[in-house]
Amino acid sequence: MDLELMLKVYPFFLEAAWVTVLLSVLTAILGLTCGTLGAAARLSRFAYLRFLGAAYVSVFRGTPALIQLFILYFGGPQIGIQLDAFEAGVIGLGINAGAYMTETIRGAIIAVDRGQREAARTLGLSSWQATYKVILPQAARLMVRPLGVNLNMLIKATALVAAIAVVELTYTAQRYIGSTYKPFEMFLLAGILYMIIIYVTGRGVAWLDRKVQIT
Amino acid sequence: MSEQTKFVEIRHAQKSFGSLEVLKDISLNVERGQIVGIIGSSGSGKSTLLRAINDLSPLTGGEIWLEGVQVNKTLPHRQYETHINAMRQQVGMVFQHFNLFPHMTARENVTMAPKLLKGLSQADADKLAEEQLDKVGMLERIDYYPSQLSGGQKQRVAIARALAMKPKLMLFDEATSALDPELVEEVNLVMKKLAEEHMTMIIVTHEMDFAASVCDRVLFMDQGVVVEEGPPEVLFKNPTQTRTREFLRKHLEGAN
Ligand SMILES: Nc1ncnc2c1ncn2[C@@H]1O[C@H](COP(=O)(O)OP(=O)(O)O)[C@@H](O)[C@H]1O
Ligand SMILES: [Mg+2]
Repeated sequence: MDLELMLKVYPFFLEAAWVTVLLSVLTAILGLTCGTLGAAARLSRFAYLRFLGAAYVSVFRGTPALIQLFILYFGGPQIGIQLDAFEAGVIGLGINAGAYMTETIRGAIIAVDRGQREAARTLGLSSWQATYKVILPQAARLMVRPLGVNLNMLIKATALVAAIAVVELTYTAQRYIGSTYKPFEMFLLAGILYMIIIYVTGRGVAWLDRKVQIT
Repeated sequence: MSEQTKFVEIRHAQKSFGSLEVLKDISLNVERGQIVGIIGSSGSGKSTLLRAINDLSPLTGGEIWLEGVQVNKTLPHRQYETHINAMRQQVGMVFQHFNLFPHMTARENVTMAPKLLKGLSQADADKLAEEQLDKVGMLERIDYYPSQLSGGQKQRVAIARALAMKPKLMLFDEATSALDPELVEEVNLVMKKLAEEHMTMIIVTHEMDFAASVCDRVLFMDQGVVVEEGPPEVLFKNPTQTRTREFLRKHLEGAN
């Protein structure tokens, strides 16, 4: 194993790792937004919103994220959507992650004991008041861990945007293989950096989960 | 409304879950200050009837009236919501499994609705919480979370939460059924205290002794109908219906 080479290219990988982090953060924000809207739609009292929410989930979970990215990035211009690779990466992965998060958030909300809503409604709270005063604070605690799983998957999925030439970790590894012919070292380096990102994120999620639990 | 307005009036209540008819044409009046007990075996429709009174489990036929206002009105969604929220503020409900809000302290459980719905200031809300929790003997635990309380204590906080809205009517759905036997009495004492204050109450219970000691009237329900009703001394001592006798006999056997 060529350790010397790994140390030499390491700074460039580190820079690429920051792109992966930025990509992950933006994707997570968009994913959470889509997931919240998706869950609200799936739990709506209006049938057409429930249908839209369900359709969103089945389409984006039912097709490969890579195909979604390709349609957006390569197919987009044909229907008038011009995005650079980074933008397409964030939007494509964000909407994809949102479909998974929709199910996570919805699951946490329906996991709150139905007696909670009944007790709130009995006191005279409106449906929305019951939701934000009673249901959401409890659901939020239940969704930290599963959203952490979504986040873990999402970070790993950012590797897909190498296929549309976003200069993140995976793409950088591939590029250096082209000049060094050392795939083992280059992918290993990328893998280590992914692991660090995911480890730190996992600790953050665990910390948050402990912090929000009721005493 | 020239004739005297009834306090609670249930007219021909009918409820079906799909093809299962759970309430079959039940009519019932409750006067102000009256305490009505409902007994009957599991599945006879007691909870469904109680939950129909504040429209938590809407009837499929019949009407519920509270002080001359129909509770289960047919209205467009938004108007219905406004109407039912106003009605529910007047009707307190206590559940078998307490349904306290686990992310709130006893104080917050009691004050959340009055603050939100009646715009109470924090100072007034604190005073209210102290007053209501003191009444149920839970003042010392005012800043405890539900998970830090015993079942009996939880139920007492739940009663305080309901009382904090100053309801005209209290509904109890087997308030002591989920409690360990030694914790039943503390909750019963709170309910007896309310009875002494002439709170109007409808109490679904499995405890015949308790029903006999606090209720003005007891109803025996079976398979969605009120089989028999009367003052407890009559219903428990001299029931006229075979089904009532059967139920009481089984129940008393079970208790010993
Ligand atoms: N949400 C529901 N959906 C279908 N059936 C129900 C529902 N709630 C109650 N039931 C049925 O209605 C009957 C009466 O239930 P309930 O009012 O809870 O009885 P009780 O409180 O006297 O034990 C039971 O047969 C029960 O299975
Ligand atoms: Mg019941």
